[in-house]
Amino acid sequence: MGKISIEGTSKTPTVLFDSESGVMELKGRSIPENSIEFYKPIVESLDDYSKGPKSATKVEIQLEYFNTSSSKCILDLFKKLESIHKAGNEVKINWYYEEDDEDMLEAGEDYQAIIKVPFTMIEVEEE
Amino acid sequence: MSFLNLNIYDFYQKMESNDIMLSFKGDVTAEMLTSMLQIMETKLDHLGEGNKVKRKVYNVLVECLQNLYHHRDEMKRKGVNEESAAIFMIGRDESSYNIVTGNYITTDRVLKLKSRIDHVNTLDRDGLKSFYKEVLSNDERGEKGGGGLGIIDIARKSKQKLVYDFMDVDETYSFFSLYIKIPQK
Repeated sequence: MGKISIEGTSKTPTVLFDSESGVMELKGRSIPENSIEFYKPIVESLDDYSKGPKSATKVEIQLEYFNTSSSKCILDLFKKLESIHKAGNEVKINWYYEEDDEDMLEAGEDYQAIIKVPFTMIEVEEE
Repeated sequence: MSFLNLNIYDFYQKMESNDIMLSFKGDVTAEMLTSMLQIMETKLDHLGEGNKVKRKVYNVLVECLQNLYHHRDEMKRKGVNEESAAIFMIGRDESSYNIVTGNYITTDRVLKLKSRIDHVNTLDRDGLKSFYKEVLSNDERGEKGGGGLGIIDIARKSKQKLVYDFMDVDETYSFFSLYIKIPQK
């Protein structure tokens, strides 16, 4: 079982995942031209993880920007989490948004409506 | 006075009167796209634009420029050279940021794109939200992600109807222009 540690750039997020602790973090910007390429290793390791997940998995998403090309890939991640949850494990997704960022709040609500996993919206103060 | 029939002062004045912040004509490559985003981010910071508007403008810019980029990529793969270029401008007036993009598309695709935008333009805020969710959760994937969400997202974030035009160029190509307004309030 693996670990992921990807450092963020001006177009891609910081991604941390530790299958031992069952915690995943996605922070920063996700606006690459080719999102499928960027998200492939992350979706794959989550897929591996789903074969023997921890009893509790926590996912923290704190994005400043994401493009529509990333939005489908993020949904793919959430679908993997949904299947882990369906198999009887605890899964929590925390979606952070800045206080006046209605678009990011709405984006979170969109996922919340599609994915059947406990989903918490967390407002943070503007930086 | 003129170089290839181009009066540059006239050109300058047109750009000045529309307060054009950045314009580009040519191939939208990955490098070009990255540079334009960086320039615009710096400009928005210097203008002291509030976070809310800045985020919206930046988000819409990303979608517009990436649309042009992916479109160019597709044209190049089909061996099209001359018609792979595009035009892009962003300016502002007292009330809004204004973005214009223009690119060639093969005429056989006009109808599909036109009906997509027309449909998006019929939807209100809630309608756009459900259409977005519907397209997001279907299994269609573009080769690099997207899959038809761009236009919906632009309409949602700008909260304005999309203005567009298709002009016949020749037997094969049409020129597609898209005008986007992002209110400053």
